Amino acid sequence: MKPPPFEYDDPATIDEALGLLAEHGDEAKVLAGGQSLVPLLNFRLARPERVVDVNRLDALSYIRADDGVVRIGALTRHAALERSSEVAARLPLLANAVAFVGHVQIRNRGTVGGSVAHADPAAELPVALAALEGRYHVRSQAGRRVIASDEMFVTHLTTSLEPDELLVEIEVPLPPPGTRAAFVEFARRHGDFALGGAAVVLTLDDAGTCTRARIALLAAAPTPLRAYGAETWLTGMRVDERAAVEAASRAVADVHPTGDIHGGTEYRRALVESLVRRALLQAAERR
Amino acid sequence: MTAAVAPARRLIGARVARKEDLPLLTGTARFVGDVERAGMVHAVFVRSPVAHARIAALDVEPARSAPGVVGVLTAADLPDTLSPIPIRMFSRPGLERFLQWPLARDTVRYSGDPVAVVVAADRYAAEDAAELVAVDYEPLEPVLRADAAPPDAQAAAFVVEHGDVDAAFAEAPVVVERRLHVHRHAAVPLEARGLVAELDAETGVLTVLGAAKIPHVNRRILAALLGWPEDRVRLVELHVGGGFGARGEFYPEDFVVPFCAIRLGRPVSWIEDREENLRACNHSREQVHEIALALDADGRFLALRDRFFNDAGGYVRTHGLVVPGMTAALLPGPYRWPAYRCEAHHVLTNKTPAGTYRAPGRYEANFARERLIDVAAAELALDPVELRRRNLLRPRDFPYPTGTNTDGHPVVYDTGDYPLLLDKALERFAWDDLRRWRAAPAAAGLRRGIGLALFVEKSGIAKWEYARVEVDSRGEVDVFTGGASVGQGLETALAQICAETLDVAFERVTVRHGDTDTVPDGMGAFGSRAATLGGSAVLLAADALRKRLDAGEEAPLAEEARFESEDMTFPYGVHVVAVEVEEETGQVAIHRYGVAYDIGRAINPLLVEGQIVGGVAQGVGGALLEELVYDDAGQLVSASFMDYLLPTAAEAPPVEVLITEDAPTPRNPLGAKGAGEGGAAAAGAALANAVADALGVDVDRLPLSPARVAALARGTR
Repeated sequence: MKPPPFEYDDPATIDEALGLLAEHGDEAKVLAGGQSLVPLLNFRLARPERVVDVNRLDALSYIRADDGVVRIGALTRHAALERSSEVAARLPLLANAVAFVGHVQIRNRGTVGGSVAHADPAAELPVALAALEGRYHVRSQAGRRVIASDEMFVTHLTTSLEPDELLVEIEVPLPPPGTRAAFVEFARRHGDFALGGAAVVLTLDDAGTCTRARIALLAAAPTPLRAYGAETWLTGMRVDERAAVEAASRAVADVHPTGDIHGGTEYRRALVESLVRRALLQAAERR
Repeated sequence: MTAAVAPARRLIGARVARKEDLPLLTGTARFVGDVERAGMVHAVFVRSPVAHARIAALDVEPARSAPGVVGVLTAADLPDTLSPIPIRMFSRPGLERFLQWPLARDTVRYSGDPVAVVVAADRYAAEDAAELVAVDYEPLEPVLRADAAPPDAQAAAFVVEHGDVDAAFAEAPVVVERRLHVHRHAAVPLEARGLVAELDAETGVLTVLGAAKIPHVNRRILAALLGWPEDRVRLVELHVGGGFGARGEFYPEDFVVPFCAIRLGRPVSWIEDREENLRACNHSREQVHEIALALDADGRFLALRDRFFNDAGGYVRTHGLVVPGMTAALLPGPYRWPAYRCEAHHVLTNKTPAGTYRAPGRYEANFARERLIDVAAAELALDPVELRRRNLLRPRDFPYPTGTNTDGHPVVYDTGDYPLLLDKALERFAWDDLRRWRAAPAAAGLRRGIGLALFVEKSGIAKWEYARVEVDSRGEVDVFTGGASVGQGLETALAQICAETLDVAFERVTVRHGDTDTVPDGMGAFGSRAATLGGSAVLLAADALRKRLDAGEEAPLAEEARFESEDMTFPYGVHVVAVEVEEETGQVAIHRYGVAYDIGRAINPLLVEGQIVGGVAQGVGGALLEELVYDDAGQLVSASFMDYLLPTAAEAPPVEVLITEDAPTPRNPLGAKGAGEGGAAAAGAALANAVADALGVDVDRLPLSPARVAALARGTR
């Protein structure tokens, strides 16, 4: 339960970090909160030659409301997100989701950027960000680029980040007025990775008709999964029990979650379906 | 924290706060992981990654020359005179063929079987070098099911019986029969195992720190394996972060680490990590029962018949046949059985060896029996409480020879008033209210159920314990006990007994234990024995000392005593649980949990409640969360705390505890029966009955995981 040997850097500036990634990117892993990487190292499941510790990059720790967006620095701790009044007021879904991340100790160390870059499909924040259509700002020595919401996650534990790139910011557009959201999940114990979950963002008009729906599924696929078919179907509908049941059924129509010792594919699909239905009703009932 | 000073005369039975807590709460308690020694080096075991294989080749040279390495040992480096690790209780001729050697010699029999040890300057270097040990494994077919194993996998089989079972079944108007499974789970103490071994070159004495549970027994085993006289081996118990039956047994590491210290001439530390603990430390509980119950039309029990398979894992370890023996002995529970037959099969598989875990053999037996009784109640359309009540033993039946035995010794229940405890439990936990609650409509998607389970526990196994009480000229009192502390509050309980008997202040009594240099002999802490047998020994020694003081003798004075009891004592209890089951997720939420337990006399009700609440947490964990899962190749899949789900504070339910003292035992001078295991003993049984009640289905296996419960619920929607 000790990691294999690795080289260690803890750059003081973003430029220095980008320099290290440019030089060693293929062999390096970025260490942020360490809540996933350190166990992987200790189990010797990850064997990077070099660890680039970005914890000194204080400049990457912020939550800022901007023109129509909220900008979250990649090194922002889960706990900061959880306690942010800005997030609670503008992006309640994120505040809702982050409370499900592990335990207090994990949230004190774990970072938003780390959770995204680790790309575990059972992690809460990537799913919530998928429903909110967050965009990912990355930097390398070669420059900057923005990765679109649906292009970040490639497969299980894999993102479209290049080896020399560092995730620096998550930009979350503020949903239109009349939007309400809900995040639900089911885990065997408090704080465990969930067996299934759903993040829902609904915009309803004054008559209660859905004008915009975003549904993202947790632990249903190798990546956070948007349920586009269900979103389209729900748009123009009143979100009542029957509509929620139908939308949930559509959301999992083509979903085949990977089973494990805690639940097989069938159980997990049925579970996600139930959780989508609950999330839709919860969101619709919110004011 | 020290308690308010109670008048010494009334200490036994008082809710005295624990003597042990101050060092624990202030962080000054010393565990084996805290031990540092000059020149200390660190051991890491190379373990088989496969379930069953022949070792075709083993190359340790690259590891030997790795940075920081001071030694690498395999079976070939151990003494020619070595023998395998012996059974310490409940052996049978023939079992010696299945014992484990400290390091595997030519065959590995479970994933985790140690094949080599690497000793290096630090744990990092040792783990790096361990990866360089090259082992060529020729795979063999693994055996993974005890109930479907080839004949040569059977280590032992035995029958416990009385009465004419076949005739009873032939004539019975009602017979229910089920195949019931209890899954593999384990004690998993919060502190994993660890040892620091050091040879004093001048005196030639080997000291091993980190002993637990049975230091004197393990000294005997270690000395024998080394071929040394016992007085050259000293075992020392430090603070122990939980034992629960698993920690403290003599394992391969308990020989190999001291041997490394001798061979290398350096203090050697080995601290088990969690991944290792889950693969190497004893597992438990995996049994398959084919159990049948014969009743007459009025619901009177005519006979109980069981055939069960106990999964022993890769080797027979120190516990021998304790677990299946306890199952066969206590399966009858609190009921009258005109005829009983239990056929036990102890079967080797290619999984981690199994041993005892809190209420060993009884958690399983209680599940099988109490589940089947609920099935019978449904069959007869009788209330499950009423069916049980009709068949309980009555107070006039005691002492009651059950017709069963443990390792050949008859099981004779000492005392009890089972109907009275059942009545008290139903009253205290408001059974009638729970029935109304169950009948009332639940929220959409939720189903309510209530269940109960009755059980007889045993306590005070292994007959005797040692104590010495010394008083010095200042009036300070030292108690030396052969018992061990595994977190249960031993020091507090023994100090209460000593202080009351001597009529001195509780604070003036210091309890010393676990150092084989200062305590000449002892049996240790297992089977709910430390307070009953150990406490009785303290009582005898203190009483003798008191008489001398009363006669005018002057301190310093000392008295020794050895308390011996041929027979165990038999506490008994009731678990009551109400649950809400969520159909879609399969989540089982505990609405109310109560345990009533008659232990004859509670030396300290605070400690007893702690024992019961902790036992329930483990019992509920076993019933709902914890499972050691193997894949088809014999790999342990749940080998970390991500997948082996211990209950945390959020999952452990609030537990209501009713301690009664209606049936003190005549088998020791305290009247006390051990209280350590009743909290766990019937948790699986009660929860299974409650979930079966909620869903109106048969529950034939544990654990009640969400996926399994959701599938059961789907079948009934």
